[in-house]
Amino acid sequence: MNSAARLLVATFVLGAVTACSGSSVEGELLVSAAASLTDAFAGMESAFEDANPDFDVVLNLGSSSALREQILEGAPADVFASANSSNMDQVAEAGEISGEAKIFATNSLQIAVPTGNPAEVTSLEDFAREELLIGLCAEDVPCGDLGRQALAKAGVIPSIDTNEPDVRALLTKIEAGELDAGITYVTDVLSASGSVEGLEIPAEMNIVAEYPIATLAGAPNPDAAVVWVEFVLSEKGQAILTSYGFRSP
Amino acid sequence: MKADGSLGQRTRRPPVLLVVLGSIGLAMFVVPFVGLLARVPWSDLPAVLASDVVTDALRLSMVTSLMATAIAVVVGIPLAWMMARLDFRGRPLVRGLVTLPLVLPPVVGGAALLFALGRRGLVGESLEQATGLLLPFSTWGVVVANTFVAMPFLVITVEGALRNLDQRYEGAAASLGASRWTVLRRVTLPMIGPSLVAGLVLTWARAFGEFGATITFAGNLQGRTQTLPLAVFVALESDRDTAVALSLVMVVVSLAVLVGLRERWWKAL
Amino acid sequence: MEGALGPGLEADFGLRRGDSFQIDLSLSIPAGRTVALLGPNGAGKSTAVAAIAGLLPIESGRIGLAGITLDHPSADVLIPAEARRIGVVFQDYLLFPHMTVMENVAFGLRSRGVNRNEAMERAGGWLERLDLTGLERRKPPQLSGGQAQRVALARALVIDPDLLLLDEPLAALDVTTRVELRRVLGRHLADFPGPRLVITHDPTEAFLLADEIHIIENGVVTQSGSPDEIRLRPRTPYAADLAGSNLLFGRASHGQVDVGLHLLHVAEHEVEGEVLLTIRPSSISLHRTPPEGSPRNAWETTIAVMERLGERTRIRTGPPLPLTVEVTSEATGALALGVGEAVWLAIKATEIGVEPQGGYTRSV
Repeated sequence: MNSAARLLVATFVLGAVTACSGSSVEGELLVSAAASLTDAFAGMESAFEDANPDFDVVLNLGSSSALREQILEGAPADVFASANSSNMDQVAEAGEISGEAKIFATNSLQIAVPTGNPAEVTSLEDFAREELLIGLCAEDVPCGDLGRQALAKAGVIPSIDTNEPDVRALLTKIEAGELDAGITYVTDVLSASGSVEGLEIPAEMNIVAEYPIATLAGAPNPDAAVVWVEFVLSEKGQAILTSYGFRSP
Repeated sequence: MKADGSLGQRTRRPPVLLVVLGSIGLAMFVVPFVGLLARVPWSDLPAVLASDVVTDALRLSMVTSLMATAIAVVVGIPLAWMMARLDFRGRPLVRGLVTLPLVLPPVVGGAALLFALGRRGLVGESLEQATGLLLPFSTWGVVVANTFVAMPFLVITVEGALRNLDQRYEGAAASLGASRWTVLRRVTLPMIGPSLVAGLVLTWARAFGEFGATITFAGNLQGRTQTLPLAVFVALESDRDTAVALSLVMVVVSLAVLVGLRERWWKAL
Repeated sequence: MEGALGPGLEADFGLRRGDSFQIDLSLSIPAGRTVALLGPNGAGKSTAVAAIAGLLPIESGRIGLAGITLDHPSADVLIPAEARRIGVVFQDYLLFPHMTVMENVAFGLRSRGVNRNEAMERAGGWLERLDLTGLERRKPPQLSGGQAQRVALARALVIDPDLLLLDEPLAALDVTTRVELRRVLGRHLADFPGPRLVITHDPTEAFLLADEIHIIENGVVTQSGSPDEIRLRPRTPYAADLAGSNLLFGRASHGQVDVGLHLLHVAEHEVEGEVLLTIRPSSISLHRTPPEGSPRNAWETTIAVMERLGERTRIRTGPPLPLTVEVTSEATGALALGVGEAVWLAIKATEIGVEPQGGYTRSV
């Protein structure tokens, strides 16, 4: 072989080796996380990357149900953090998680209204008012499911105007003043404080959402996945979550 | 013909490489549909198709897409005429603006509509105060979203056709005594007929398939704003069978329209 | 101006064409007369047509037809094209391709509010007159050049216009059809009671169809007069060029044509009877001595008029048959030609164009 060909072959081999070096505690980490974890996990990502500079954490955020579908259809991910157990159970039943899922945080619901509360909403009962523009998350999205449960507990039949695909989309519309009220998580109201106001839902009607996390069976970088989950469950990780409004389980 | 009935060397076979590449191209279109067909729950299909999720979505999709096309005709054709025939300053800018919805992600379009026509929007706020009309989260909102993303197709197609039209025909019609309206009705529009139809079909198809702007501006509520694309999106996470059935409906309706298009209108596309 | 059958076209106007040149035109056509506007391509003829038809506004002057002012900028009068009663036959005919022949011809009437049945009846009448029966349902792309031209003519005539305006009516036709249709056109022009304006670049067309010719070059009329005047006393090189084509009427029999003053041999043996001959000035050769070889037509004559136009020289010969000849100025020098000198003239039989005369009643 002449020298040019040798160089070419060497480049290929080197490239191949580098590409296959997934199985080491470094490299890229794909985390599929529920939309309500957007800010908390962003904070988690910075802290993690500071402590482990060889990592590059890539967050894939969306509604837990959408993420579940992606995983079941074979989309690559290392970790799945869901906003409810139902979605995690479905993934587990399909044999897609390795080991057990662990609850790493809890969240509760809150009524979100635009700043100034123009429609003068006070409680879940206002959700029955037809003249208001009310939004919920879609039924199969955890916050939509829990929101409906809360309304049922309060004995309210809501006059819904839109079912948003995820809690962030719902929040955006409330922030913009296009909706009068919606049910989101406490953490979401906190993350948008300044542009959104939160109204308490009394404990007897409120639902506690449990957030499970698990490493995935088909993870491209399983060692890194384990490290991430440990970090989330660690004191440091829990502190970050609490600062964003989550509660420790 | 040779003794065995073949034509031998007299008919040239098409170049093999072209056929191979073309077949790969064809496969890219065919395979996804085959995949969809494979997932159809054939035995449950009638029941699923009769469910109100599907019927509501289909009805909404048809009504809103047709309305959007109608609006596009009423305001889009005059706009196309202005762009093709009038010489005014800022014409390049107008052309850019008209083409923008084609380039922008539909969600961005939806957001823009919200900022303009939403309850706190630039125009929307005064509009609501004056008329009580609120577009977001209403079926009219869906129509507006569909029109916004689909009308450029009609405008661009008709403008192009008008530009290519030999204006001397209109002069001939005028010399024979036809008023401007008669010229438009009997000469100009018929002469751009094929392009007009092609533009209409493209417009309708785009409106029919619109998702991003609709969900951002009009929201998602069965029976009021949940068109077929939105219903598919939601159903994918909850009820796979319904999702596939909805997808099938969309494919069948779209195919019916497109295949039903006559050959000569395809040429104008 | 009132003609015997009614008032005609009074056009005296100017306009600028694009940013190239200025067009200034003065035409006065009474009813019953045909005027030809003859000029090379780019002379401004189509612009003039557009102005008269109302598709372009003029900048100065006035256009009037049948006593009505159509365009008069200084008086702020401008009647749009659709309100002018002018029947235009456009270059390329511009038949509406999506309409049938009948719909095309009826278009002008329908646009003016005539009801369907009456329009179709009147249109049908004109289709018959122009020999187009049976073609009512055809569409323009299915028509031959000659048929399309006649449909365009019918379409213009059916609206009973005050002026018939023809823009290069025969240009789009092939040579054989053109000859035949020139005759048809001549007939219908003569039948049309109002004024008629023919725009053309073909001198034969102008000479055969018009009573009066205006030669237009670069937007300006350089000469006007009857065909004879122009031919005999051309005032510009272009006019001379046009005039120069020798046109003769004669009677043909077995390859010989009697043009009255002389007997010419032609290559066309099939044509018999009344014919029209054309001989290009440059195909006639001059010699000091009787020419040798093949020319079937050769005779001795004298030089009556000689005019040098740069590298070419135009010569008018005398009896027995006066013809316009064109030679290079160099040749005149070499042959030491001068007015009054005797020369031999030769024309090959193949160089004489022959066509049946029928339809032209004017003397040339």
